[in-house]
Amino acid sequence: MTIGQSVREAANAFYTAIKAIGLALALLAVPSMASAAPAAAPAASAAADAAAAEVKPAAAAPAVAAPAPDAPKIDPNDPRYQVAPGGYTPMKPTPGVGMPIDGALDVQQQYSPNGHQATRMHTGLIWVMVAITVFVLLLLLFVIVRFNARANPVPSKTSHNTLLEVVWTGVPILILVAIAVPSVNLLRAQFKDPGKQALTIKATGNQWYWTYTYPDNGGFEVISNMLKDKEDVKPGERFRTDDDGPSQLAVDNRMVVPVGEDIRLQAIGADVIHAFAVPSLWFKIDAVPGRLNQGVLHIEKPGVYFGQCSELCGARHGYMPIVVEALPRDKYNAWVIAQGGKVDGLPEAPAAPAAAGQAAAEPAAKPAA
Amino acid sequence: MATTAANLQAHADDHGHHDHKPAFFARWFMSTNHKDIGTLYLIFAIFAGIIGGGISGLMRLELAEPGIQHLGWIASMLGEPGASFDAQLHLWNVLITAHGLIMVFFMVMPAIIGGFGNWFVPIMIGAPDMAFPRMNNISFWLTVAGFLSLMLSALVPGDATGSNGAGIGWTAYAPLSTYGSSGPATDFAIFSLHLAGAASIMGAINFITTIFNMRAPGMTLHKMPLFVWSVLVTAFLLLLALPVLAAAITMLITDRNFGTTFFDHKGGGDPVLFQHLFWFFGHPEVYIMILPGFGIISQVISTFSKKPVFGYLGMAYAMVAIGVVGFVVWAHHMYTTGMSINTKLYFTLATMVIAVPTGIKIFSWIATMWGGSIEFKSPMVWAIGFIFLFTLGGVTGVYLANGGIDDVVHDTYFVVAHFHYVLSLGAVTALFCGFYYWFPKMSGKMHSEFLAHLHFWVFFVGVNMIFFPQHFLGWQGMPRRYPDYAPAYAYWNEWSSLGYLVMAGSLVIWFINIIYAFTAGKKAADNYWGEGATTLEWTLSSPPPFHQFEQVPTIKDDDRH
Repeated sequence: MTIGQSVREAANAFYTAIKAIGLALALLAVPSMASAAPAAAPAASAAADAAAAEVKPAAAAPAVAAPAPDAPKIDPNDPRYQVAPGGYTPMKPTPGVGMPIDGALDVQQQYSPNGHQATRMHTGLIWVMVAITVFVLLLLLFVIVRFNARANPVPSKTSHNTLLEVVWTGVPILILVAIAVPSVNLLRAQFKDPGKQALTIKATGNQWYWTYTYPDNGGFEVISNMLKDKEDVKPGERFRTDDDGPSQLAVDNRMVVPVGEDIRLQAIGADVIHAFAVPSLWFKIDAVPGRLNQGVLHIEKPGVYFGQCSELCGARHGYMPIVVEALPRDKYNAWVIAQGGKVDGLPEAPAAPAAAGQAAAEPAAKPAA
Repeated sequence: MATTAANLQAHADDHGHHDHKPAFFARWFMSTNHKDIGTLYLIFAIFAGIIGGGISGLMRLELAEPGIQHLGWIASMLGEPGASFDAQLHLWNVLITAHGLIMVFFMVMPAIIGGFGNWFVPIMIGAPDMAFPRMNNISFWLTVAGFLSLMLSALVPGDATGSNGAGIGWTAYAPLSTYGSSGPATDFAIFSLHLAGAASIMGAINFITTIFNMRAPGMTLHKMPLFVWSVLVTAFLLLLALPVLAAAITMLITDRNFGTTFFDHKGGGDPVLFQHLFWFFGHPEVYIMILPGFGIISQVISTFSKKPVFGYLGMAYAMVAIGVVGFVVWAHHMYTTGMSINTKLYFTLATMVIAVPTGIKIFSWIATMWGGSIEFKSPMVWAIGFIFLFTLGGVTGVYLANGGIDDVVHDTYFVVAHFHYVLSLGAVTALFCGFYYWFPKMSGKMHSEFLAHLHFWVFFVGVNMIFFPQHFLGWQGMPRRYPDYAPAYAYWNEWSSLGYLVMAGSLVIWFINIIYAFTAGKKAADNYWGEGATTLEWTLSSPPPFHQFEQVPTIKDDDRH
């Protein structure tokens, strides 16, 4: 058996045992739900059978133990813990979504709440910029026409006008204050802590690829390399297709995340400084060696979102893109299982070998009783 | 005119016995004459600019279409035939690094401070030369030495594959510039900054001492031409900011060669420390590059509107304010490094503050023209172009100042567009403006006004074609320092590269104009711009005598600056 396979087996066994324990607790905690009990019992005994069958390998895995007394009650029907059947198939990107558009004039369409808020500010700033530039241009044109030597042969000697100076100092200050207020709100929204329950994903920048670690899902790692075009690969090597994404942007293994949830995205550099960026999520943080930076991602819509390394990091700085694939929770969980991970959020009881043996025996005993 | 009249007496004494110059080698290699040193700086800056601009031509050539088409033969041309793909990509990083370092340290700064500063600050304050003429020469030759060190870096290995040159970006971030780049190329590139930095610090000392101590009687600080004010503020920025750069890059050298770990977390250091030190210099540096340009524009607008600059004190102290505030905004270059909300907010607000004194200057220039009797000679056309283009670059700066907004445009072509608007379309425009304003004074020959106007318009179209579309590329997410890009960035990249050809055409026009001036140009009068030109250089011959104001002129009470 390879290490990967034995890890998967242990993880699956652990998962099944936890499900059984959780189910047993739920039944114990709600004795009045008599009508539910018979329906639950076959499920419970089925789970218990599975648990019993798995007891030996589960006991061998020291992680299995009695749940902590104050552990939250897990409802196995909670969509957060569902695993979609059918495993994982990469989503096809939608043209124009999460990627640049040729000839476009504006920021990419946004798919996160912070992105929408930032876009409103962005649009407001464009209006301010255009207004000031046009204003200065009009003043210059007026001056050129009205005060050229032919139109105005005698120059005036005016070199002061206190009121004018006060106005052109004060009005810019007011404009800046007007810009400052929403700026504070935008920063507050971007810095809002996602809370303990948020999924944490760590992105590590390497020369010249990204690795995504999922500590809440058992700590597995995804290595993400740019996919080259067909003419640039040796025969038999995987190459980029349009289903993977556009040229220079597509990768072999994407960073898959659950849609509609706050995600704590942490970034660090393994060698030199890189930067993790996804323009359609208004997101960019540097991946600095020795420093764990953090931002919050919240993707509204399932889809594929592309970004590129945004800090000069050596020869292939332009060849280490970022691809985030947002899936509904159950499909995300299926992807996690396929990577050899475990579904997050389920309690991890403290490991104690003696207790493990006892606890492993208990769930097998109780439903049978 | 009071200033002119007071001078005629002094002027007469200057002719006759003081126009013999040293022999060629002593004159040009051991100079102690601010005008000759200014000429040396200008010629050097043009030469370096051709190399730096040529490099950007190669860059735009590669970026004209998606895919890597040209780095291979460029590598062969530079002595590395058959370079591997990684070696070609490293060459890209070498090109962008060299382009940035050359344009900043060996083109704009030598031209605007070393060139025009040296030429006209002593004359404008009625001084016979700079306070330290020999140190002035040292500054020039140290700058040349720095340039040579940078050129040398391109000929020695600079990365793990053994390819030549330093591919660290002009910002030289650690740890890419420390343990991320092996070989001597990066050390030579860093050393070039030591040399150029030392040259500039000495130049700053020279200008401050000269301006504070050698003004002619009657020329109070509040009567100095605004160009002199601009160089004074710039000199203080240089004096205070460059030592920090020197420290930062010395720490790079010791991290690379002497086992220190200032920027290596494995030894308790922090890469972000380098960024703080670099940008503490780096932000004042951009004001160093533009402030003398502001000074030139003030002189030109006043001359061709035939009016004194509106709000002289406001203009002078706006420059002081820009200089002072420019020292406390550096981390707006670091918004994505992982800073707290309060830090990000502070730097956002502080950076936005700079828009106020800058706005005062833009409106004051327009107010100077207002009521004037404007003649659209070529320097004036360049100056008006500057006002519009710098405003455009300045407003994108207000956009970038915003920490929350910056996340989407940091390290993209939006930033590249912004700083090229304020530099190429700001500082360089001011340089061309100063060139056409002062070239006949320096050379004694009139250039062709027609060619000067044509140069402006072709340049204006060209640089706007290059850089305006880059705003769109940045908004759509195209990162900077990339040799290749996704096909969706192709359209605006093509326009940008075409714009380079137009801009290059404008430079051909410029060179033709220079050749025309030297071969067929009319002799330049003392004051070839007329009544609006009221500063002291217009009281001297064109070119001025080898030594002027050996009899110090007296400045009578006069409002004109």
